[in-house]
Amino acid sequence: MEYTNIAYVLAAILFILGIKRLSSPKTARSGNTIASVGMLIAIVATLVSYDLLDFQTIAIGMIIGAIIGAFFAIKVEMTQMPQMVAIFNGFGGGASALVAAAEYFNPANPSTFNSSTIAISVFVGTLTFTGSFIAFGKLQGFISGQPIVFPGQKILNGLIAMSIIFLGVYTVSMGAEADPYFYGLVALAALIGITLTIPIGGADMPVVISLLNSYSGVAAAATGFVLMNNGLIISGALVGASGLILTNIMCKGMNRSLANVIFGAVGLTQETSGESGKQIQVKSASTEEAAMILEAAEKIIVVPGYGLAVAQAQHAIREVADFLENMGKKVLYAIHPVAGRMPGHMNVLLAEANVPYEQLLDLDQVNPEFEDCDVAIVLGANDVVNPAARHDTGSPIYGMPILDVDKSKTVLVNKRTMNPGFAGIQNELFGFDNTLMVFGDAKAMLTDLHKDLKEL
Amino acid sequence: MDMINIFTVFILAIFVGFEIITKVPPTLHTPLMSGSNAISGIAIVGAIIATKVGGELGTWLGLIAVIFATVNVVGGFMVTDRMLKMFKRK
Repeated sequence: MEYTNIAYVLAAILFILGIKRLSSPKTARSGNTIASVGMLIAIVATLVSYDLLDFQTIAIGMIIGAIIGAFFAIKVEMTQMPQMVAIFNGFGGGASALVAAAEYFNPANPSTFNSSTIAISVFVGTLTFTGSFIAFGKLQGFISGQPIVFPGQKILNGLIAMSIIFLGVYTVSMGAEADPYFYGLVALAALIGITLTIPIGGADMPVVISLLNSYSGVAAAATGFVLMNNGLIISGALVGASGLILTNIMCKGMNRSLANVIFGAVGLTQETSGESGKQIQVKSASTEEAAMILEAAEKIIVVPGYGLAVAQAQHAIREVADFLENMGKKVLYAIHPVAGRMPGHMNVLLAEANVPYEQLLDLDQVNPEFEDCDVAIVLGANDVVNPAARHDTGSPIYGMPILDVDKSKTVLVNKRTMNPGFAGIQNELFGFDNTLMVFGDAKAMLTDLHKDLKEL
Repeated sequence: MDMINIFTVFILAIFVGFEIITKVPPTLHTPLMSGSNAISGIAIVGAIIATKVGGELGTWLGLIAVIFATVNVVGGFMVTDRMLKMFKRK
C-alpha cells in the first residue's frame, strides 16, 4: 500500500509539472506528455497493488474506452472542440458517480463520513453527466441553442434542490434502509443537471462548459474522499480549480456574474431591450477599395469572431495576412476572451490554419496596439467590438470589456447582413466615420480580397 | 489516513491548482480544458478498484466506470496533443 501511495503522489507531481509547462506554447506539448505518463503510473500502480481485481472486466472496459476515446480524438473537427470537451466532462463526472455508487453497494468502511462523501460524489457526478450531455446537445444542434424557459422554472429548481438535500441526509442516516432515498438522489441529481442547463443560451455555453469542467474535477475529488485516495483528491482539486478560473475569465469577458449566466436566460429577455430601433447609416466598400486601403496601411490588426469559423474562413484570412506580411506590413490578431465557443477556442482554430501563435494577442495585450493601427479588419465579430459597452449605460452589454477597434484609422467590417449580434443590439461602430462595411460571406470576401491585392 | 490529513491535501492542492493555472495564457485555454479533462479521468483508479469490490452490480458499475474514465484519459490526452501540435512559431 505504501508504494501505491508513493506512485499516486508521483502521478500528481507529474500532473502539476505537466500543467506548469502549459504556461508557454513552446513547452506545452511536452507538458501534456508528462501528464499522460503520470496517468500511466497511477493506472499501473493500481493494477499491481490491489488484490482480487477483475482483470477481465478491466481489460474489456479499457479496450472499449480507448477505442471510443481515440476515435473521437482523431475525428473531431476543431470547430467541434466545445462539444467534445462537454461530452468528456460528462464521462468524467459519470465515471466518478459510478465508482461512488459501486462503493455504496459494497462499502469498505461503512461510516457516516463514508456515506456522506458517497452522496456528494454521486450527486455532483450525476449532475455533471446529464448537464454535459445537454450542453453537448445544444452545441451540436440536437437541442435548440435558444434558452428553454417555462413559468415556475426557478421554483421547480428550488424544489428539486431542497429534495436533493433531504434525500442526501436520509441516504446517509438510514443505513441499511437507505436504498429508496439513494435511488431518488440519483434521479433528482440527473434531473437538476438537465433543468439547470436547458435555460442557458448558446452564446453562454463557454461559461457552462468551464463550469462543468470544474464539476467533473469536484466529482473526482469527492470520489477520492470516498476511497480515501490522495491521487484522486489532488487531481480532482487541480481540475476543479482550473474549471473555476476559466469560468471566472469567461464571466468577466461577458461582464456577467455567474448567477446571471445560470439563472438569467439571456437571449430571450434581451431581445426587447436595447436600442435596436435606432437606424444607423453605414458606408459600404468593395473588396477592391478594401485592397487599396490595405495597400496604404503599415499596421493591420485582424479581429476574428465566431462568424469567421462558421464560414470556415480561417485559412482564407491567413493567406491574406501572409500576403500582406510579404508586402512588409505588420499583421496581428486580436482575440477576445469570448471570441469562440469555449475558452481559447479561436486561438486553436487559427493555429489550425497555421497562424503563428506569436501573432495571437489577447485583450489586454492588443488594446494599446489599436492606437497606432492603420486598419482593423473585423471578421464575423460584433458585440465584442461594440463601443456602446464603454459608454451606453442603457445597453445590455454595458461594461463588457471590448476590443478598441474604433481607435484604428480605418475599420473594415465584414458581415453577411446588417443583422444584430447575439445580444440582439445594433452596433454603433458600423456607423462611425472611420468604418467601412464590406458585406458578404467571410470566405468569399477574403478570397476576392486576396485576388484584388494580387492585382494591385 | 485520517480525515484531517486528506482535507489538508485537498486544500493545498486547490491552492497549487490556482497558482499554476493562472499562469496558463489565454491562447492555451482550450488545450488546458481538454488536458485537465484527461486528468479528471483519474477516476479510472477508482473504477479499477470498484471492479474488485465484489457483487454483480458492483462489477457492472465498475465496468461502465472503467469505460467512461478510459474514454476521458485516452481521448483527452490524444486530442490535447493533436491541438498543441498545431501551435507553431513563425
